[in-house]
Amino acid sequence: MSKFQKKQAKTKQGVPTSAMPDVVFMLLIFFMVTTVLREVELQVQIDYTEAENIEKIEQKRLVSYVYIGPERLGGGRLGETRVQIDDALIDDMGAIRNIMYDKLMEQPRLIVSLRVDRDSEFGIITDVQQELRHAGTLRINYSTRRQL
Amino acid sequence: MLNKKRGRENADIDGSSLADIAFLLLIFFLVVTTIDVDTGIGLVLPPIPDDIEPPPVRERNLMNILVNAQGMVLINDQPSAIASVRESVREFVNNNGVDPELSESPDDAIVSIKTDRRTPYNVYIDMLDEVMGAYEELRHQASMEQFGVPFSSLESGSERRVQIQEMFPKQISIAEPDEG
Repeated sequence: MSKFQKKQAKTKQGVPTSAMPDVVFMLLIFFMVTTVLREVELQVQIDYTEAENIEKIEQKRLVSYVYIGPERLGGGRLGETRVQIDDALIDDMGAIRNIMYDKLMEQPRLIVSLRVDRDSEFGIITDVQQELRHAGTLRINYSTRRQL
Repeated sequence: MLNKKRGRENADIDGSSLADIAFLLLIFFLVVTTIDVDTGIGLVLPPIPDDIEPPPVRERNLMNILVNAQGMVLINDQPSAIASVRESVREFVNNNGVDPELSESPDDAIVSIKTDRRTPYNVYIDMLDEVMGAYEELRHQASMEQFGVPFSSLESGSERRVQIQEMFPKQISIAEPDEG
């Protein structure tokens, strides 16, 4: 017990802790920022196509993403072309209609951004587009990189 | 206990500037972490047709572009290279009734795009890019003639921009997919 008291007396020249809240606050904000920016974990491989005449989507809030590409399997192997919305792979194409309809109800000016792998065949995109038409989400955007 | 803490306070290093440093760091991260802006080719899908027949479109006002499974492009049943799509669309849209085979006016011109189930996606995008490029060139030209400034410099939503957009409306139709 007497030892303990001695230690406390020495802390008179201790490190200042008044800045501690600032540091913690900063860290907190940093983590807040990074977690908000985190995109969905992609379960499909997407290599974007390039195009020249592209437009920017300024209002990110309006955008909902549909990912189409070969499924990532373990060990860097690629599987069949699949559709991913948010964090889930879509097994039944008919489900897209309901998902998109719900999103349209929340955001009437919804833009669906199709992020499609360049080597995909167009058939699956046709299917997705048909579902989008049924859902009533008609504004779409084919995500491409700017051609350099 | 309370007494002891008060005693310690005198030995404090001045920490008032730490808040400023924290702020600078915060701003730095905020600026740096802006993610890349989404870019892409925008398009509006046609709604699902009702039982009502769509209004008839005259043959000359319709330009059919077909991209087949081999990635070959057919414009009105004529095979053509992707690079020539832009020129064809420009001529077709900006015909203003001169050539009896091509559109009557930019307002009436409709570009119809049809694909096969096995069409490669990147060929489709290249083709769509060319079509968009044709419209962009026409709008740029009109903007230079009317206002003497490039179309891209007109602010979005501004009166001038809307006026040019209405001169050359992008009427791109995605054809109904074949059954099966």
